[in-house]
Amino acid sequence: MHYNQPKFRPMGDRSLLVELGDEISPAINQSVQELFVGLDLQQPPGILELVPSYRSLLVICDPAVISLADLKQIIVETHNNLDRSQLPQPRTVKIPVVYGDDYGPDLVEVAQYHRLTPEEVIGYHTQPTYRVYMIGFTPGYPYLGELPDAIATPRRNTPRTRVPRGSVGIAQKQSGIYSVDSPGGWQIIGWTPVHLFDPWKNPPSLLVMGDRVQFYTITAKEADQWQPDPS
Amino acid sequence: MAAGSILEILSPGALTSVQDLGRYGHGRYGVAPSGALDTFALRIANLLVGNRENQACLETMLLGPRIRFLADTPVAVTGGNLLPHCNQQPLEMWQAHGFKKDDILTFKAPVSGFRAYIAVGGGIGVPPVMDSRSTNLPSGFGGYQGRPLKKGDFLVSAETCANLRTDGRGLNPAGMIPHYPDKWTLRVIWGPQDDHFPEASRNLFIHTCYKMSPESDRTGIRLQGPVIDRKSDIAESIISEGVISGSVQIPGDGKPIIILGETVTGGYRKIATVISADLPLLGQIKPGDELQFEAVSQEEAHQALHDLEDKIRCFILPVNQP
Repeated sequence: MHYNQPKFRPMGDRSLLVELGDEISPAINQSVQELFVGLDLQQPPGILELVPSYRSLLVICDPAVISLADLKQIIVETHNNLDRSQLPQPRTVKIPVVYGDDYGPDLVEVAQYHRLTPEEVIGYHTQPTYRVYMIGFTPGYPYLGELPDAIATPRRNTPRTRVPRGSVGIAQKQSGIYSVDSPGGWQIIGWTPVHLFDPWKNPPSLLVMGDRVQFYTITAKEADQWQPDPS
Repeated sequence: MAAGSILEILSPGALTSVQDLGRYGHGRYGVAPSGALDTFALRIANLLVGNRENQACLETMLLGPRIRFLADTPVAVTGGNLLPHCNQQPLEMWQAHGFKKDDILTFKAPVSGFRAYIAVGGGIGVPPVMDSRSTNLPSGFGGYQGRPLKKGDFLVSAETCANLRTDGRGLNPAGMIPHYPDKWTLRVIWGPQDDHFPEASRNLFIHTCYKMSPESDRTGIRLQGPVIDRKSDIAESIISEGVISGSVQIPGDGKPIIILGETVTGGYRKIATVISADLPLLGQIKPGDELQFEAVSQEEAHQALHDLEDKIRCFILPVNQP
C-alpha cells in the first residue's frame, strides 16, 4: 500500500523513520526519493543525515538543535509541498559482468535450482533495466530490482565470510553488487571490474538511489583489460 | 619515519584505531558514521589537551598500545581504565600531562570499562575522508590507511599544538570522572517496531538481565539471554531500512544486538533504541558484563542529553586560564 500521508516511527530521541508505503514498489520508492530530494534541497537546520531506503526515509537530527516534533512538522510540510520537477532525471549505468566460473561460483547452482542452463540465467539477469532502490549494507552497495521471477533464488543457507568486491549477487527478486570485500549471503553469479565505491570521490558511490542499471556480458580477458571511465 | 611525526606505535595492543566524532551526511551512499564509541570520553580527552572536541584521537580497547612520543606534546587519556603508565610510572587519567620526546606510554591491564581514548595536542593527523578522520574498519577507509594501527606506524598531529602548557586542565570537580560498572542500565525508547512484538516479549525484554557476548565487536553488541519472540503472524525480516547506533535489533534467532556506528541499513526489526545520552556507555560495556534496559519517554531522554551536555561544559577548567 502506498500511503497518502507519511507514517512516522520514532527511532530513539534523535531520528524519525518516515514510511511512505508498506511494500517494495517503484512508485513507493519514488515517493521516498521525492521526499529525500525535497528535504535535501531545503537543508533544514539540525538534520545530520538522510538515509533513503525501499519504502522509508530515515531522518537523523541533532536533538540539541531541533526537536522531533518540529522535525515532523517540517517533513509533513515538505511532503505536502513537493516540487516533483526537482527530481533528477534517472541515469542509466551499464555494468559489465563476467558470469560464472570463479567469477560467479553460484551460477551453476542457480541454474540447476531453476532447471535452466547457465546461459539462460545470464539471459534473464541481463534482460531488465533495474531500479536502484537504495544504497546500503556496505558503502556503495546498490539494491536493484526487480529480478525476473524465473531466476528469483533464496539466499545461501550459509553466508560466505568473504565475498570479493565486484561480485554480482542475487537474492529473492533483488540483485546487488558487492562494493567492498565483505561477508555476504547472496548467490554470486558474476563479477564486475567496475568500482562501486571510492571514498576519495565525490560522491563516493558510483550509483545513487533512483538510478537505473543494465548488466551486459564481458569475457574474463575484457575484464582484465577493463579501464575505468576517466570521467 | 615520517617527518614531523609526533608518535610511533611500538605495539598496537588489542585494537587501536584513529577515530573522531564520526562521518555524517553520507548515509545515502551507504557510508556508516564510524567514529569513537564513547564520544563523551573522546570529547573530554580533546578538551583536556586544548583541542576542539571533535578532533581525532586514538581509540583502543582492553589491552592498550605501547607508544613512543617523538615530540613534546600535551596528552590526555580518558575512558576505560586500562592502567596507563608513562615511563613505567602510573599516569593519572582524565588529566592533561606534558609528554616529552622519548616518553613511552603503556597500558598494563584492563581495570574498568573497555575502551580508552588518547588525545594529543593538535589532534591526530590523517587525511580526512568525507570530512572525517574516523577509521571505517569494516570497509577499510579513513583513519590511518583504513586499518587498525600496527607496530611501526608513525603518526603526525593534525595541527601545530598552540599551547604546550597542561596546568589547569583537569576535571571540575574530580568526582565527575565516570564510573564504569560491570552491571549496566541502558535507557531506551520503545520502537521503531515495538508493535511487532507481543506484550509478553516486550515485558521479557525490559525485565531481563542480559550478558554481553564475546562475539561483539565495533559493529554491534550481541546479547546473551532469553529469546525475544516476534508476533507469530509476521515474517522473520522486514524490508531493509536505515538504522542508527543504539538501535536494538531482534534478528531471526530472537537474540538482541545493539547496533553500533558501523551500520547504515538493515533488515531486522528494532524493538527499542538507546537514548543519545547513554550512547557513550556502549563503548565501555565489556564482554561478560550484565545489562538491563529501562524504557523512558522522549522528555526523559531529552533531559538526560541536556544534563550530559551541561556536564561536559562544566567538566573542564578554562584551558587558557593564567
